[in-house]
Amino acid sequence: MLHLTPQDWTAILLSLRIATVAVAVSLPFGIAVATLLARKDFWGKSLVDAIVYLPLVLPPVVTGYLLLITLGRRAPVGAFLADHFGIVFAFRWTGAVISCGIMAFPLMVRAIRLSIEAIDRRLEDAAATLGANMFWAFVTVTLPLALPGIIAGATLAFARALGEFGATITFVSNIPGETQTISAAIYTLTQVPGGDAAALQLVIVAVIISLAALVASEWLARRATARMHGT
Amino acid sequence: MLAVDVEKRLGGFSLNANFVAEGGATALFGPSGAGKTSVINMIAGLLRPDRGRIVLDGDVLFDAGKRVDLPAWRRRIGYVFQEGRLFPHLSVRRNLDYGRWMCSQAADVAAFSHVVELLDIGALLDRRPGKLSGGERQRVAIGRTLLMRPRLLLLDEPLASLDAARKQEIFPYLLRLRDEAKVPIVYVSHDAGEVKSIARHVVRVDGGRVTATGGLELLPD
Repeated sequence: MLHLTPQDWTAILLSLRIATVAVAVSLPFGIAVATLLARKDFWGKSLVDAIVYLPLVLPPVVTGYLLLITLGRRAPVGAFLADHFGIVFAFRWTGAVISCGIMAFPLMVRAIRLSIEAIDRRLEDAAATLGANMFWAFVTVTLPLALPGIIAGATLAFARALGEFGATITFVSNIPGETQTISAAIYTLTQVPGGDAAALQLVIVAVIISLAALVASEWLARRATARMHGT
Repeated sequence: MLAVDVEKRLGGFSLNANFVAEGGATALFGPSGAGKTSVINMIAGLLRPDRGRIVLDGDVLFDAGKRVDLPAWRRRIGYVFQEGRLFPHLSVRRNLDYGRWMCSQAADVAAFSHVVELLDIGALLDRRPGKLSGGERQRVAIGRTLLMRPRLLLLDEPLASLDAARKQEIFPYLLRLRDEAKVPIVYVSHDAGEVKSIARHVVRVDGGRVTATGGLELLPD
């Protein structure tokens, strides 16, 4: 039924790698920012809030362009990283990790934040009276209770990263084997006469991966919730 | 000995508590909304007073003038909450072990089995709090507090969330607790009957003020 070419496989595996790394790298930051927004009141909180959610409302091309003019080879930050550390993001798969991670960040933070806000803070007080400092109360009480939200946030971010197109193609272009993800490959195929059949193959793969991610996250979140309240 | 002399404004409500609790059980007695829970939250370190001092056995827990404010997790004061507040994601056994775990103490099998026996919770150890009845939950909460070896026990209306039958179920355990645990107890309640059977000293609280301190004669009949 599916006849995937080696190029298709390259794009699929690259997409999976980019999305997985993007989620893995951004998850600790996502948890930290979500906790900060859910639990602390500080000066400038609404600004932080707005900046975190900005990629959700900005045109992805704008985000990609902003990345290009900060992290590009000749851009100030990009040139500094390249000259001093030999780190280059522009037109590399690692750059795609950054753009996908940023685009997926708001969804991740939102899901985790909601789950942390739903946790009874008095449980953390109880932990404190039992000798847990803030760090340990967070690790042993807040974090496990937020697990369903963390799983949901990571899955949403994964799906979003997998589908990212505008920011990624603007920042790192569409290089087969380096930055050509499933979405970019589909786009390329639709630009070629007679590419529709091949594009459809990749569309089916994209649907399957996304569905599998959602089903897996639903199952994991259910298990985590059951573990928390069940026997 | 516990010496409390604190002031705190909470919205439009001003709280001013000044009393001394010797060994044994002292009841903070007064109607709902009198500020009793806020007082013990300040003793536990969960609520920061605006002014005043809290001293336990010569150890200054809070002193606004000297800027001393020991965090709750370093006070070693056991707190049994009205609603138990067991950790829903941990088994009863791990709830009981939580304090020891946080204070990195070695396992004390004798103390553990003593508390389990005292509160009759041996059959519940592998369950989650979600599968416990209200009375069982409260017994586990008492056990969890005892096992952290507190210097002082705070009990905030531990029977209030239970129906009459459950109250009867827990009450004997509270009496055993008072007689066997060798730490002072501060017992918050609005129920004169409860206080009569548990406490020897009474601190009457009303409208955010301590209106009288003394013995059981302060209780209404």
